[in-house]
Amino acid sequence: MAAHLKKRVYEEFTKVVQQQQEEIATKKLRLTKPSKSAALHIDLCKATSPADALQYLLQFARKPVEAESVEGVVRILLEHYYKENDPSVRLKIASLLGLLSKTAGFSPDCIMDDAINILQNEKSHQVLAQLLDTLLAIGTKLPENQAIQMRLVDVACKHLTDTSHGVRNKCLQLLGNLGSLEKSVTKDGEGLAVRDVQKIIGDYFSDQDPRVRTAAIKAMLQLHERGLKLHQTIYNQACKLLSDDYEQVRSAAVQLIWVVSQLYPESIVPIPSSNEEIRLVDDAFGKICHMVSDGSWMVRVQAAKLLGSMEQVSSHFLEQTLDKKLMSDLRRKRTAHERAKELYSSGEFSSGRKWGDDAPKEEIDTGSVNLIESGACGAFVHGLEDEMYEVRIAAVEALCMLAQSSPSFAEKCLDFLVDMFNDEIEEVRLQSIHTMRKISNNITLREDQLDTVLAVLEDSSRDIREALHELLCCTNVSTKEGIHLALVELLKNLTKYPTDRDSIWKCLKFLGSRHPTLVLPLVPELLSTHPFFDTAEPDMDDPAYIAVLVLIFNAAKTCPTMPALFSDHTFRHYAYLRDSLSHLVPALRLPGRKLVSSAVSPSIAPHEDPSHQFLQQSLERVYSLQHLDPQGTQELLELTIRDLQRLGELQSELAGVADFSATYLRCQLLLIKALQEKLWNVAAPLYLKQSDLASAAAKQIMEETYKMEFMYSGVENKQVVIIHHMRLQAKALQLIVTARTTRGVDPLFGMCEKFLQEVDFFQRCFITDLPHLQDSFVDKLLDLMPRLMTSKPVEVVKILQTMLRQSTFLHLPLPEQIHKASATIIEPAGESDNPLRFTSGLVVALDVDATLEHVQDPQSTVKVQVLYPDGQAQMIHPKPADFRNPGPGRHRLITQVYLSHTAWTEPCQVEVRLLLAYNSNSRIPKSPWIEGGEVSPQLETSIEGTIPFSKSVKVYIMPKPARR
Amino acid sequence: MPEIRVTPLGAGQDVGRSCILVSIAGKNVMLDCGMHMGFNDDRRFPDFSYITRNGRLTDFLDCVIISHFHLDHCGALPYFSEMVGYDGPIYMTHPTQAICPILLEDYRKIAVDKKGEANFFTSQMIKDCMKKVVAVHLHQTVQVDDELEIKAYYAGHVLGAAMFQIKVGSESVVYTGDYNMTPDRHLGAAWIDKCRPNLLITESTYATTIRDSKRCRERDFLKKVHEAVEHGGKVLIPVFALGRAQELCILLETFWERMNLKAPIYFSTGLTEKANHYYKLFITWTNQKIRKTFVQRNMFEFKHIKAFDRAFADNPGPMVVFATPGMLHAGQSLQIFRKWAGNEKNMVIMPGYCVQGTVGHKILSGQRKLEMEGRQVLEVKMQVEYMSFSAHADAKGIMQLVGQAEPESVLLVHGEAKKMEFLKQKIEQEFRVNCYMPANGETVTLPTSPSIPVGISLGLLKREMAQGLLPDAKKPRLLHGTLIMKDSALKELGLAEHQLRFTCRVHLHDPRKEQETAMRVYSHLKSVLKDHCVQHLPDGSVTVESILIQAAAHSEDPGTKVLLVSWTYQDEELGSYLTSLLKKGLPQAPS
Repeated sequence: MAAHLKKRVYEEFTKVVQQQQEEIATKKLRLTKPSKSAALHIDLCKATSPADALQYLLQFARKPVEAESVEGVVRILLEHYYKENDPSVRLKIASLLGLLSKTAGFSPDCIMDDAINILQNEKSHQVLAQLLDTLLAIGTKLPENQAIQMRLVDVACKHLTDTSHGVRNKCLQLLGNLGSLEKSVTKDGEGLAVRDVQKIIGDYFSDQDPRVRTAAIKAMLQLHERGLKLHQTIYNQACKLLSDDYEQVRSAAVQLIWVVSQLYPESIVPIPSSNEEIRLVDDAFGKICHMVSDGSWMVRVQAAKLLGSMEQVSSHFLEQTLDKKLMSDLRRKRTAHERAKELYSSGEFSSGRKWGDDAPKEEIDTGSVNLIESGACGAFVHGLEDEMYEVRIAAVEALCMLAQSSPSFAEKCLDFLVDMFNDEIEEVRLQSIHTMRKISNNITLREDQLDTVLAVLEDSSRDIREALHELLCCTNVSTKEGIHLALVELLKNLTKYPTDRDSIWKCLKFLGSRHPTLVLPLVPELLSTHPFFDTAEPDMDDPAYIAVLVLIFNAAKTCPTMPALFSDHTFRHYAYLRDSLSHLVPALRLPGRKLVSSAVSPSIAPHEDPSHQFLQQSLERVYSLQHLDPQGTQELLELTIRDLQRLGELQSELAGVADFSATYLRCQLLLIKALQEKLWNVAAPLYLKQSDLASAAAKQIMEETYKMEFMYSGVENKQVVIIHHMRLQAKALQLIVTARTTRGVDPLFGMCEKFLQEVDFFQRCFITDLPHLQDSFVDKLLDLMPRLMTSKPVEVVKILQTMLRQSTFLHLPLPEQIHKASATIIEPAGESDNPLRFTSGLVVALDVDATLEHVQDPQSTVKVQVLYPDGQAQMIHPKPADFRNPGPGRHRLITQVYLSHTAWTEPCQVEVRLLLAYNSNSRIPKSPWIEGGEVSPQLETSIEGTIPFSKSVKVYIMPKPARR
Repeated sequence: MPEIRVTPLGAGQDVGRSCILVSIAGKNVMLDCGMHMGFNDDRRFPDFSYITRNGRLTDFLDCVIISHFHLDHCGALPYFSEMVGYDGPIYMTHPTQAICPILLEDYRKIAVDKKGEANFFTSQMIKDCMKKVVAVHLHQTVQVDDELEIKAYYAGHVLGAAMFQIKVGSESVVYTGDYNMTPDRHLGAAWIDKCRPNLLITESTYATTIRDSKRCRERDFLKKVHEAVEHGGKVLIPVFALGRAQELCILLETFWERMNLKAPIYFSTGLTEKANHYYKLFITWTNQKIRKTFVQRNMFEFKHIKAFDRAFADNPGPMVVFATPGMLHAGQSLQIFRKWAGNEKNMVIMPGYCVQGTVGHKILSGQRKLEMEGRQVLEVKMQVEYMSFSAHADAKGIMQLVGQAEPESVLLVHGEAKKMEFLKQKIEQEFRVNCYMPANGETVTLPTSPSIPVGISLGLLKREMAQGLLPDAKKPRLLHGTLIMKDSALKELGLAEHQLRFTCRVHLHDPRKEQETAMRVYSHLKSVLKDHCVQHLPDGSVTVESILIQAAAHSEDPGTKVLLVSWTYQDEELGSYLTSLLKKGLPQAPS
């Protein structure tokens, strides 16, 4: 055997040793209880060749193992490991050990000794690497145990000198994940264990293998992620790696430099070959900027992305990134941007007829021209001109982030962003339009820039046009010509693409209200009024005319002199539009008319909002009455609910809060009503029918609680507790009602048990919030829990009933920001009389276009439901790519729904609506064993229930019988 | 010492007729074989007689490499291969191979049919020449012979333009041809890995220019065209049939579509249709956008651009015409220019570089009165615009490429001397490498220190590795072993072999003359050493294999002869055997 082993040392990579399995077959079973491990053992013993053994192991790996039997399995595997000669089988065993040690509820410290043991005798590099991986799994499972961690780090250090890159990689990974955080811990005891993990990892920055260098940098980043403060000395080492030959090394090095620059932004580093010194963050910024012109596009993307998050960088470094000195034949030349600016400032609008304007100017001193940028010079100029659109997008994103934090930079980068509107890739154009919108607070567009921006309105892509409308909504325009230009272009857009109507009107609304003074001088021209003559009254249904009016009326809101310029029919049109398009046309103070709604005058300062006060007061009133008689309580609740609903309708900004509170109060009201039922006073069997009301109430409360939990964005944990509490009460109610109305005890057993499980679940989930729930239903319930567990269902029901009656009304704290999710289906409009005809059995695609407001994570929650006249319902999951995000809190769903049905005799309507799917179990952590294997599809996409949250739209369809 | 020698026959401190000779480790390579647009006499072709005075070119040159299809890089190829005579391999990329003959044929037509030149290459010659071409793929290493290998890198410039790495053993040269470091509407940017060549030969057309972003350029161009068309003018854009033309077409096509313009765009026929066909085919050589979208629509299938007919030039109303050739020196573009030059509404946009001596160069430098053939004078009233659409790298781009490739030294070609001077100084300053800029016919010799690979057994290496604790790139490490050297290393280093010889004197008592003694020794050895080659040389000495035996009279005792035996270290065995044999004495002659 020894000779055998020795031979293997030299031939480990190629040799496949055919071992004799007879000796294994003769082994006795040790395990007494029949379990998975026993089966595995028998299987392994049966295996006659390494290939067979491998097959068994692979099969075994497909099934999960319970926490109790893990140890047994591990023992079997280890035993087999010692006997196994074939490295591939050992490799698989090692990987299984790692997987098993991740099992929840299993403490892997018992197998660590064995793992380290076999590591010492192992010769195959691949198996070694896998074993180290296993140790990593063990180590991460036991983050508290310092001694084990230190031991593992020791093992890793020992194997760092291995000749195989794979082993060194894993060692570094281990060090990165487990390297001790505090030095003080390592210093105690013998002192030999004082290892500076950073130093050890840093030494491998100069390893000969690029993969190991990458692993070393990654390990360093891992240390940082775990909260270890990296030394500043690493910075210099990392800078050297920027010129590495391998892209993955450079890419990781860029990240490391970024991390260090965020850690020590203010420390001073010397500039090589000069006496000057600069801040580290500036130096790092310059270096990362340099990487934007790297040879590999992966590195370029990485660098461009990171630039965006370096906000501490000095402004002059920042502005250098947009700097590019032009020259022609050694003479200084101005960039097109500079020329455009000059033309503008000299008052001469780009006539385009002056040709000599780009002639080279003064001579440049040849010595002063710097062809290789030492610092940040022109990084963004390069990034935005890059060949790969991934780099350009990253550069645009970075520009956006930097511009948001620095207004002066925003002003400077405007020219470049505007240029990006003409990029050849649509994604880049879209991204730059969005970026521009995000920084629009800081900028004012010049006319020549506006010109370029508006040219994009003719783009054939709908997304681009709508993004541009969004942008125009929040842009500042400097001149009245600019406004006029924008209006003309928007109208042109309207005639070319009539479907953009709504978006354009909305855009003009904001354009008008932002620039009242600029619109004022344009009014006569826009309304084509004449000082002496009456002009013809324009057509009221013309979308273009409406667009102009929307612009003017919104400007007139803050410009009281404007209405004087209106002609008679304008006032009439105003009245009409105010009614028909009230969301676009504001209330105006018009001379000679009674003020339409002076109550909602915009002069009220937001902080002294009386409606908000009203809301608070009415809610407090409700919460304070705890001991009124039930009748009074009910009335007050009803009143308050009515008030709140009305308030929500009036004040759109309070709608979320009002609705939310009203829903809660309604739940409470229902509960009180249900408890007031007469059925409780009478013997159970007599009141079968009337129990309907109570059970219906319970059901409704459940529904309402789901709505409260999932339909509102901004709901915090404190609210979730209250909501769950309410749901628990509803469940208790349900239980009581069932107990009352059903005969026999058998079904009650199950229900009781389920209810108690729910209570237990509630306690586990919200253990931290329980102190806030003093005196509540749950509080009392938990006190009595031991008693409930042991008592019979009938008793449980009795206890619950008394507790429900005694339970107090919990105060629902209002969240800061709360919005109700809502959806509007724009298309299909549901007005068409022409049925959509298609051959039965085939499909027809229906375009659905909807806007969603305040929906969190719409990609996974929003579904489309189609209801056929025969009651058949179909739920469609839109693709994640069908959702666009035009603004914060808003989403747009543009998708296609495929309809199909068997033949009908005549056309009929199907209903289309949007649903919000929810799953309240999403809080439960998942088990770790399922990894890469067959993940059960239920776990990922299970939907517990759905809430309809849009009005349904009717679509007329007609499946024709197929012709033969 | 081994060395790399570079001699530009064209493009040395000059733009036009690129042709560079490179000798690297005994291999001779010709890079590009172009013609000069500005001349119509012998000066238009490189002086091939420089290569060898007498003897065939094929014997002297190992291969010819063509970087791209522009005539100033491949125009002299048929002349060179068929008329001067070269039968060796010619390397170029696939698109170049496809498009090159079209351009050559077009050029031939203009020269022979229009200008009536005699002694020019024929169509058949172009065909024969193209038969010698070997096409290469990007990043494919082609073994020209056992030692010489070449590899192509993407260069941007035009479709199929490539940079070439020429490598013999450990020495390498990179020739960039023309390249572009900023991507444009139809091509990507040049890219090279860190190949660290001994010499980088780079073009330097825009050595003293740093250009504005391409987006500004594009916008300017579109604006100028748009305005001229709006005012009812006709726009002439002289282009070379291939390259810039396609970029501008894509630009105008998308613009027309976006702005919904109606003015016709024409493109001079024949040549273009064929060329566009190739552009459609070689999609893999274009930029990211075209490669990604060609499944929906091939960008080179133009909707708005129609074929041009000669009669259209007189049509009223605005129009845009792309016409060849690009420098307004001949052909259709010159014809149209003549027709339109008189109207100030019209416009000519020169989208690229113009060589000195062409009409394009004259009008760009502000000349308003042109002398045409036949002594007539043409007054130019139309607007003359210059848009730098030429796809060459600017100064920054050149520096960027040098930075990417990390060469040991740089050589500038394809540029004007004054501008090169500036760039040379910059390169030397920034990268601290030598930079050369030879004129035509001037030879640059740069010594190389070839690295000699040393083989080491894996076992030894692993053992040494295992002893060391940590890897440290900076510290040398002592390794015990024996270095065995073979001939090839010496040859590579250009060193003479050091010979070790043993000599031995054997005293023989023999009163006869030296010649006779030698004769006796010869016959004796011949009879003893039957299976060795024993020779008697005319000068009286005797050789056995490589061992030399000379007989001489002893200076004091004439009766004693001294036999000088000399053998090399390698023949030690035979040598010592011989001496011992000779020491025993010669057998007495039978007489």
